[in-house]
Amino acid sequence: MSAVEVSTAGGTWLVLAILLPVIAMLLAAAAGGRHVERIALATVPAGLAVAIAIASGVVESGAPLVYVLGGWSPPLGVALRADGLAAAMMLVIAVVVAAVALFARADFHVAAGAPETRAPDAFWILLLSIWSALNAVFVTGDLFTGYVALELLTFGGVPLVCLDGRAETLAAALRYLLFALVGSVFYLVGCALLYGAGGTLDMALLAARLTPSPTVVVAASLMTIGLLAKTALFPLHLWLPPAHAGAPPAASAVLSALVVKGSFFLVVRLWFAVMPAIPGGAAAQLLAALGAGAIVVGNLVALRQERLKLLVAYSTVAQIGYLFLMFPLALDASGRLLSGGALAGGILQAMAHATAKAGMFMAAGLMYAALGHDRITGLRGIARAQPLSVLTFAVGGLALMGLPPSGAYAAKELLLGAASASGQWWWGLVLQAGGVLTAAYLVLVLAHATAAPDAPLAPRQAIARGRELAALFLALTSLLLGLGGWGALLPIPGGSVSPGLSLDGLMKSLWPLLGGGVLALLLGRWDERLPRALAGAGLGALRRAALVGGGALVQLDERLRRWPVAGLSLLLLTILFGAALAAGGSP
Amino acid sequence: MTAAEIFGLCGAALVGVGVYGLVIAPEPLRKLLAFNLLGGGIFLLFGAVARRGAGAGLGGDPVPQALVITGLVVAVAATALAVALLLRLFEASGDVSLRNDPPPAPEPES
Repeated sequence: MSAVEVSTAGGTWLVLAILLPVIAMLLAAAAGGRHVERIALATVPAGLAVAIAIASGVVESGAPLVYVLGGWSPPLGVALRADGLAAAMMLVIAVVVAAVALFARADFHVAAGAPETRAPDAFWILLLSIWSALNAVFVTGDLFTGYVALELLTFGGVPLVCLDGRAETLAAALRYLLFALVGSVFYLVGCALLYGAGGTLDMALLAARLTPSPTVVVAASLMTIGLLAKTALFPLHLWLPPAHAGAPPAASAVLSALVVKGSFFLVVRLWFAVMPAIPGGAAAQLLAALGAGAIVVGNLVALRQERLKLLVAYSTVAQIGYLFLMFPLALDASGRLLSGGALAGGILQAMAHATAKAGMFMAAGLMYAALGHDRITGLRGIARAQPLSVLTFAVGGLALMGLPPSGAYAAKELLLGAASASGQWWWGLVLQAGGVLTAAYLVLVLAHATAAPDAPLAPRQAIARGRELAALFLALTSLLLGLGGWGALLPIPGGSVSPGLSLDGLMKSLWPLLGGGVLALLLGRWDERLPRALAGAGLGALRRAALVGGGALVQLDERLRRWPVAGLSLLLLTILFGAALAAGGSP
Repeated sequence: MTAAEIFGLCGAALVGVGVYGLVIAPEPLRKLLAFNLLGGGIFLLFGAVARRGAGAGLGGDPVPQALVITGLVVAVAATALAVALLLRLFEASGDVSLRNDPPPAPEPES
């Protein structure tokens, strides 16, 4: 029996982080009408302050904040723990929630005297519930509490998909819910098995008690795959593109930036906190291989989309892949996962994606609002009509591409460092290729948006400057994230990662734009002028060949997203993972 | 065969039926029923785990039972949400199959 665990100073903040949005939710649900928005907006600064208090508490004490519920120490009781990873994620999530709330005021505002409607009420309450559930996921010290928090997160995310109540969006929400439920039951079976093996579900106690055994291998593979289904890692992404197709931009920003990060974070906890003692070399390689598949398929299918919103959704599929590249890079020589630079890189990537992608979804939504459509080939002239939205998209894209000093740049440096230190050059290649692929859709969208229009654009509605600024703020946050240092919260070797602000570094990270431009020319959607110009330059055959390849990828993606295929991939991957974990292995 | 083994085997059988239904059945309602079967199987599994963990003169370990109760609440909430969505979908479109996976329709011009 381990020593009795007690709450640390500042542990109460963890309870507040979960409870504050819940209290606001209950108040809002009771008050109704115009008060819902006011209560939600009033909660935002308070929640932000709590996140800052937790982060500064962790930095000051240099140790995780702990709150032991009811004074009962695990294994009998349940503990909440916030280490640096959790604090960093909570901080970024709070910033994204704040910007989304400012942005959403125009869409979900109930005017004085207007009748109460469902969508605004639902949106604000769901936003609060997702915030609370995410904070619970980050601070949970117990796998079963993690399960409950994850379910709350899903229940908050699903209705966001179908806020407008049209049949397509309802079907997308149902598809999301059912697939997420499959994921959660897989996770729950794993919990039962781990409880049987270790006699507790407390993460720290389990880590000390677990030894490699068939039960643990089965439990780990079931839990990992269940979480991957909720994270929408390729090829288990069947719910993600349709969910984004009809959701309002603020909801899409929340789904893509926040909701998928919850299940991702639990994968990190499971692998780094619960089973670091289980050799997982081969399984970690498999995780990263799925990530690489996501990067290639997601980015290339993004290029073939007709709608800007779906392009951004597929880029999310690709970015989720990036998050899983860290697993093999964190392995030490004996095949155990180390909490070092690779882990810090993965978390930084998640933070960079949360901010940048939320900004990009908002920018895409504003372009839609102005144009009345979001066909990529119909974006001509939008840069002149709405320069700030296009700038947001560009900044967000550059930040994701890894332009210094963005969070993605710092993440890439950390991951590349880990890749070369552990001799896994192939994952370094994937990281570099990912930059080029990200650049491709950025170039495609910007080329269309900045082209001169055939006729002057007449925006369908005026866009409030504040909404554009909220989106731009998020994109800039992602671009400047690398300046934060983060050594105090994340396990960065040497304390901090250099922001890479030299002319040389800038030039080096701009070359992917060139490769991306070529890819965009070959694979992107253009109006009839470009193919003619390419044919004139003798490149027509090359583009036709690329389009055949692209078409095949789109077909593959469409097949993989069918229910029976996705269900079978889920089972197959579970078996593969089990086999890989049983094989153990070092990198 | 001990009671724990019977619990475990029944749980495994239910999980098997549930997974089959979730993967194969095209109708969302069947998937939902399969999810509930699967959930039932897991709760039995927790029961088996509780029996194996019995000690100190107790008939079983009480913690898994607490977990099952929480799990039941979550499963009921999930089922209610899914049924509500199903009903709304049926009202809106008159069809509730997810079989054909139609490509997402663009948003209406509004």
